[in-house]
Amino acid sequence: MTYSFKVALRYLASNRAQTALLIAGVAVGVYIFVFMSALIGGLAVLLLNRTVGNIAHVTIQAPDRDPVSLYGRDSGTLVAILKSVQQRTTLQSAAAFLPAIEAIPNVTSVAGVVAGNGFLTKGEAIAPVIVTGVEPDQVSAIANVAGNLVAGSGDLTIGIALIGSGLAKTMGLQVGQRVSIRSERNIDATLLIGGVFSLGVSSVDDGAIYVHLRTARVLFELPDGVSRLEVKLDDLRLAPEVARRIANTTGLKSIPWTEKNEQLLNGLVAQARSGDVIKGFALVTIVIGVASALLLSTYRRQSEIGIMRAMGATRRFVVGVFMIQGGLIGLAGGLLGAGLGYLSLLPFPLPEATSSTGLPIAIGEGAYGTAILLTFIGAIFAAIWPASAASRVDPVKVIGP
Amino acid sequence: MIVDTPLLIITDLVKEFNDGEISTTVLNGLSLSLDRGEFVALLGPSGSGKSTLLSILGTLMRPTSGRFEMLGFNLIGARDVDLTEFRNQHIGFVFQAHNLLPDFTALENVMFPAATRKGRETPVDRRRATELLDKVGLADRRDFPASKLSGGQKQRVAVARALMNSPDLVLADEPTGNLDRESARRVMDLLIDLNGTDGTTFLISTHDETIAGQCRREIRLLDGRLARERH
Ligand SMILES: Nc1ncnc2c1ncn2[C@@H]1O[C@H](COP(=O)(O)OP(=O)(O)OP(=O)(O)O)[C@@H](O)[C@H]1O
Ligand SMILES: [Mg+2]
Repeated sequence: MTYSFKVALRYLASNRAQTALLIAGVAVGVYIFVFMSALIGGLAVLLLNRTVGNIAHVTIQAPDRDPVSLYGRDSGTLVAILKSVQQRTTLQSAAAFLPAIEAIPNVTSVAGVVAGNGFLTKGEAIAPVIVTGVEPDQVSAIANVAGNLVAGSGDLTIGIALIGSGLAKTMGLQVGQRVSIRSERNIDATLLIGGVFSLGVSSVDDGAIYVHLRTARVLFELPDGVSRLEVKLDDLRLAPEVARRIANTTGLKSIPWTEKNEQLLNGLVAQARSGDVIKGFALVTIVIGVASALLLSTYRRQSEIGIMRAMGATRRFVVGVFMIQGGLIGLAGGLLGAGLGYLSLLPFPLPEATSSTGLPIAIGEGAYGTAILLTFIGAIFAAIWPASAASRVDPVKVIGP
Repeated sequence: MIVDTPLLIITDLVKEFNDGEISTTVLNGLSLSLDRGEFVALLGPSGSGKSTLLSILGTLMRPTSGRFEMLGFNLIGARDVDLTEFRNQHIGFVFQAHNLLPDFTALENVMFPAATRKGRETPVDRRRATELLDKVGLADRRDFPASKLSGGQKQRVAVARALMNSPDLVLADEPTGNLDRESARRVMDLLIDLNGTDGTTFLISTHDETIAGQCRREIRLLDGRLARERH
């Protein structure tokens, strides 16, 4: 093995220009691979952040109640009260579960909210809104409301409302104005607008209001318990797994964001697949390039191969010499391409910070190790044919006078 | 002199080449034996089958039929791996040209037969190869790339390499064919000298009658058989 290595290295070194060109060619393929991985990864990060960044990664709800059924006392007729949308499911003992949920790995924050629908009125104008009541310190736990204020402050004291920018615009509302809210349970409250936020998600910006948890309790007649728990994770891709764990530990119904965003997920998968196709082509190019270069080399060196065989070199030895050349080229090209890829991706901003015209590059998604490994394997694979051709060289035919 | 069993025996050797329709019988029932330590010239007109015979004796080519035994081994039906190992241990070659690996030094070329067998170049082999280069008068060219040696120097390196694994038989196919008279003489003197000291058997094909005259035995091929022998 050591000796095959020496011979392989010598062959690669003897034609430096050709070897350099070959390694450069492989490196270009690897570069494309890395660049595509980082770009596809960046696009995914960008899309996920835009859509999933400001929603709960896992939502915990009370289990659906079964329809209540009773028997008529006298007649024996079955009276079934169907599951009704009016029938509210609340998490009465949510607080008891909080420590257990917070202890689950990857969970970064848990917020209990009391939420419901209502109408916001300002003079003659009226608009449907979704009212979310949270503890003041948790206002930005799920959606980064405080970080996306366009006016006012994020302090959520009792009597204060934070409203979306779209809603503010259509209703002509400004910080410091008073509005009234009527909840779905016909309870009214007058609130002062403390801040206007813009999360960049129109469904939220156009109809969401954040209020103090206690305000919401009054509006929705929920003296205790919460409507749901919202959980944020450090890695949103782990949502289905974490949701399962939460369900297992608490027995509560846990819904990962992925369940409500299948289209987005399908889109991401399709995007990744098209990236894979391009990466596949890059690999195929590498394999063809290495195979043809080595095949040419076996042809050029066939009289030398014949001499070696006459000197008692085994077929296995000859195969080794050419396979090692393939492997070394793959490794060198892989390291070079991945290294250059990484360096050239360094100047790109994070996908989250990408301007609308820039490429969203996730430098961490470059799949460098995979690129190097696949190139190495591909180059060894590419060497099989040339190596076996070399090992079948007939010394008698090639050792001419 | 008591002659024990010969180094090699071939009996009724036939070699046909079939190129599509045309079939050429090059060796036609050739029988021959070589003893240890012999120094033999192989003569015959061009196309008489000298190179073919050397290839068969060197286990690089299989005969169409016949028997071939060397050192008690029947080499006719042997597997390729076994022939390769046998060749590595017992047979040395010197070809007419393009003998050396051009990307390796003279020393590395000489060491090759040992290195390919052991999987590495050992210090012992390095010492032996250096001695052999010294013997062929090329100690000062030890670390020269083979591609930078003259034709005569290359042939002498090839001779040193043929002896690296202390073979029982050295086959040389027109080893001086490409050399000028002076270089040819040096190579022949070297072969004769080595034969005298090591007791290795040499079989040398040549067109040169003066070279043949330096050999103790002559084998002449004609029409695929032995034409005449001089002992
Ligand atoms: N692979 C082959 N296919 C067909 N015919 C072949 C092949 N190899 C050799 N021959 C034929 O066999 C015959 C003997 O060839 P060989 O090379 O052994 O002769 P030679 O005695 O070495 O000649 P020279 O002195 O010119 O080197 C020639 O007629 C040649 O054409
Ligand atoms: Mg010949």
